[in-house]
Amino acid sequence: MQEKEIITSTDEQQEYVINMGPQHPSTHGVLRLLVSLKGEKVKSVQPHIGYIHSGIEKMCESITYPQIIHLTDRMDYISAHINNEAVCLNVEKALEVDIPDRIKVIRTIMSELTRLQSHQLWWACFGMDLGGLTCFFYGLRDREKILDIFEETCGGRMILSYNCPGGLMYDIHPNFQKRVKEFIKYFRKILPEYDQLLTGNVIFHERSKGIGKLTKEDAISFGVTGPTGRASGFSCDVRKHEPYSAYDRVQFKEILHTEGDTFARYVARIDEMWESMNIIEQLIDNIPEGPFAVKMKPIIKLPEGEYYQRVETARGELGVYIISDGNKNPYRVKFRSPNFSNLSVLNHIASGFKIADLVAIGGSLDLIIPDIDR
Amino acid sequence: MDKIQLGELIKSIAPEAELKEGKQFLEATVPPSSLYQLAKQLREKEEAQFDFLFCLSGVDYGSDLGVVYHLRSTLFDHAVVLKTRTSDREHPQLDSVTDIWQTAEFHEREVFDLLGIKFKNHPDLRRLFLDNSWGFPLRKDYVDDINIVTK
Repeated sequence: MQEKEIITSTDEQQEYVINMGPQHPSTHGVLRLLVSLKGEKVKSVQPHIGYIHSGIEKMCESITYPQIIHLTDRMDYISAHINNEAVCLNVEKALEVDIPDRIKVIRTIMSELTRLQSHQLWWACFGMDLGGLTCFFYGLRDREKILDIFEETCGGRMILSYNCPGGLMYDIHPNFQKRVKEFIKYFRKILPEYDQLLTGNVIFHERSKGIGKLTKEDAISFGVTGPTGRASGFSCDVRKHEPYSAYDRVQFKEILHTEGDTFARYVARIDEMWESMNIIEQLIDNIPEGPFAVKMKPIIKLPEGEYYQRVETARGELGVYIISDGNKNPYRVKFRSPNFSNLSVLNHIASGFKIADLVAIGGSLDLIIPDIDR
Repeated sequence: MDKIQLGELIKSIAPEAELKEGKQFLEATVPPSSLYQLAKQLREKEEAQFDFLFCLSGVDYGSDLGVVYHLRSTLFDHAVVLKTRTSDREHPQLDSVTDIWQTAEFHEREVFDLLGIKFKNHPDLRRLFLDNSWGFPLRKDYVDDINIVTK
């Protein structure tokens, strides 16, 4: 008799709080989510972050500008090259350095390769999160080919540090163009396989369509950018709105969807892979001759003032805000990281859905934890 | 709107604002008391519609603590920078803009965590990365002999 009473009170009134993470396979890093449940329904999600807070902004205040580039690698390590580029562009803008076309084109090709391998890894992990383990092998198999191209030119595979203020660390490898062309030819055949494997899958549709809806107004208010924001119809592609490097000379579409659910975010990324390949194909045969770096002063000092540069990483808009007091170290550096804003929307879009959907929604946001913690 | 029209609009809402034309953005420095009203008006005025707060940074200026708001309108694609600063280093307090832009909730928590600036009317002002035993590391007078190696 007494037992029965206890059970009914748990069912009807009590809220069940569980810790998801910090060590959980679907959070892809040390992200801890405090999930309040009522039955199987998510009532609220409170992200607890800071497990790998490394104080990058504070560290930047005591090092020089070329050194900062190596720290930005460690923020969003999957799109490390684009992070480097943001700092370099900002420094070059402040010093009013003219960058030769060769550097701009190589940077753009490398950025798009970075975006491709980032989306491949995301696709691999997203499939795995939803129970399709084959995706993981397919995604990593193809990503490996890009990492090999990186390795040949930069020496590094993920953390490239290939950019430096004034250009690139070294010239591209003689094989670079040939291998990139081979890869594009290969991947144009392979990408439809991704669709066959996951995009058309009925179970996948059931788990992603209508799940975690985000409206355009909310996306703007929460500052959600990148493919996640564009899946909600928020036109936020920095490559289109404020072209940097060689993006003003290539033709590409800004991928926009209006549904704003998990499936739209998925399709947006698949479409972006096609666009990335288009951009690379337009540039790879037209790399102009010229130096791979401009000679800079041995000690770089920015004139007093404030500088802001935004770039489009694989996950959204990365902003680098530098306040300089004229010294070789910045006075203050702020990284407006895309993942930080994208995480803040999680509670808003996951509430009301089932706990299994939380994994799908979290996967579709494509969070990289060191970029949140910095 | 171009920078001149934006400047006039800001002057009409907050006459005490100091305008400065930076290389990229128009910068408006206002006292903390008028920041919230200015932000709200810039969000709501039909010709401005700054709906996207794309960066919110806390800065220690040495004697003062300040916050910098980078705003953009996704409709008109114009941008403006608002700045405010307070000289009270013991109990710095500013108005929260969370009800205008929801992204401010996390960003203000970050500023509170690293610089110790409190935000009035913030729904959930807790530390974000660090626990309560830490000081405020982004302040210039922060000393940590153990964790920060100085040259």
